[in-house]
Amino acid sequence: MEAIQKLQMKGVTRRFGAATALDHFDLEIAGGSFVSLLGPSGCGKTTALNCLAGLLELSEGEIILNGRAIQHLPAEKRGFGMVFQNYALFPHLTAFRNVVYGLELRRVNREERARRVKKALEIVHLEAFEKRYPAQLSGGQQQRLALARTIVLEPGLLLLDEPLSNLDANLRNEMRIEIKRIHDELGLTTLYVTHDQSEALSLSDLVVVMRLGHIEQLGTPQEIYTRPRSLYVANFMGYANQLPVTVVENSNQECVVRTAAGDELRGVSTVEGSRAWQPGQQVLASFRPDETRSDFKDSGNRLRGKVRLVEYLGKAYEALVDLGKGGQQLLVHSPVALDSGAEIEFGIARARLLLFPPENATPASSAAMAPRAEESAIEGRR
Amino acid sequence: MAALPSTSARRPRIAWSALLLSLPALLVVLVLFIYPFIFGFNLSLQDVDGSGPTLVNYSSFFSDPAQIDTIRITFTVALPVTIFTLAICTPLAYFMRQGVKFERLITILLILPMTLGTVMVAQAMERYFGPVGWFNQLLLWLHLLSSPINMLHNWLGVEIGLFILGFPFVFLLLVGYMSSINPDMEKASRMLGANIWQTFWRVVFPLSLPGIMVAFCLNFVANFGVFATDQLVGDPAGATHVLSVAAYDAFSNNNWPQATAISLIMGVLELLVVVLILWLRGWIVRGSVIGGVKGA
Repeated sequence: MEAIQKLQMKGVTRRFGAATALDHFDLEIAGGSFVSLLGPSGCGKTTALNCLAGLLELSEGEIILNGRAIQHLPAEKRGFGMVFQNYALFPHLTAFRNVVYGLELRRVNREERARRVKKALEIVHLEAFEKRYPAQLSGGQQQRLALARTIVLEPGLLLLDEPLSNLDANLRNEMRIEIKRIHDELGLTTLYVTHDQSEALSLSDLVVVMRLGHIEQLGTPQEIYTRPRSLYVANFMGYANQLPVTVVENSNQECVVRTAAGDELRGVSTVEGSRAWQPGQQVLASFRPDETRSDFKDSGNRLRGKVRLVEYLGKAYEALVDLGKGGQQLLVHSPVALDSGAEIEFGIARARLLLFPPENATPASSAAMAPRAEESAIEGRR
Repeated sequence: MAALPSTSARRPRIAWSALLLSLPALLVVLVLFIYPFIFGFNLSLQDVDGSGPTLVNYSSFFSDPAQIDTIRITFTVALPVTIFTLAICTPLAYFMRQGVKFERLITILLILPMTLGTVMVAQAMERYFGPVGWFNQLLLWLHLLSSPINMLHNWLGVEIGLFILGFPFVFLLLVGYMSSINPDMEKASRMLGANIWQTFWRVVFPLSLPGIMVAFCLNFVANFGVFATDQLVGDPAGATHVLSVAAYDAFSNNNWPQATAISLIMGVLELLVVVLILWLRGWIVRGSVIGGVKGA
């Protein structure tokens, strides 16, 4: 297999009838890196993956592997490997025969085939199951078999299409670590498609947040997590609180805003053009519930409210807090138990209060689709 | 709370209503299958004058080399066309599944002959395949032939007729069966380096095999009992003197018991083939496709 030095997708567009699933998509993948495409269903991430794999023809654009255009090559000639969401194991073949499938097609000799299949099954810890049929394996084992079947060919690029979405939570964490381990062990260039932000953050070198067929933001997991550049990305990264505020003062370093209740807050903005914000402008202050603090001595930002609902998340309590005037409700984390109905004060660091211009056309799906590290019933109720 | 006892109390009633609902179907089976079968079996044990029980109808059949030969003829008529039809339909169904253009239109055109009766097909065949038909004229014009070939009123005529009539059924059956195979299976095969034919032989064909075998059984039984096509475009007195024609001859001679015996022999032979195929199918399915029960 041709190793990847550089893989580029340039202006890749795919239309289905009148609908454009992928719109001038540009991405550069460096050899050996782990890249995630992150977004809700319908954002075009699977389309991008299938275009790259060769399973979908492009409407426009090109795919360049090490300087050579490959968009006209059929899937079987690209030398990429893919793990499908439902694994797509061959039910009529044993685990061994599933893994040896690609080697047989490549006319690898018998001893070498046996050796490589054995090694691949060892990597995924399935060496004892080579005689089983896929239906006789558990979900996690099937997942690992699908992985073994692909990595045995040492593909130039490993494509993973939501590989963990059919597994239960425990297994999901386990397999996530497995995928990371296999990636590091084999140094396979990997493109990972997911709608789960925690998977994307924990696995990737580069995260590509997608929306409606284009790239909304591209960066390291740290950049995406701490400095989302739009409300959409912030939503996706668990910035569940959005408070309408008015700009009071806008300096180079930070921005002073006022809430409807009259509290003054200081925050920063990651949005292009935020320097030009004038006093009086309406913006949204956004922050993560788990970044609120009860010790607000040096944070500067202080908010008060009445606790409406409390939920225990394990490592913290999450409270739905009513700010009173203006009717705003926010989610706040607290290390200690809170009583429903109690008046509390909480703080948020200036650097962690992000300001965004209100989006005119916030897609209805974005809020509903925003997954968070901790599932929360309150969040769902909002 | 209240739902629990009532469901357990309702259980026998469900069985009764289920039985009641299946009664019409049961009646149909009794009236249309069990009764005629017993009646026919009984009849086949009588002599032509009504005396019996006797095995004379069977012994006379199996002692006459010409009659035994109808068994061979029936197989040489039914088997090749069944195999040919499946060999054509299987790849065709696979390629229709790939999402070709005008898929719907092509499918309609392919299954349209189903709406034509045997007689219409035979008439059309006279036009196309007769000595002065378009097919022969075309081959003559292309200088591929020096004199017209005889395609009607012989073995070939029956084969063509049965193919035209059986094709839509087999094609539809296979398209239906293949569409139940997860398309990701083919994508996975291609991602592992298989081209479209390798994918067909290694994945789609083995996964379709149970469906192909059922289609084979149904098509074979239909072809084994060929009568009208044989009469219209075959050679019922000679080369294609199949079992149903033999039974019809006995029937025409007012020898009902003999005719019934022949049709029962036919039925047993069909059953043997079907049982053989279904046994093979069960063996394949047990061996792989379903792959036993799902692991814990």
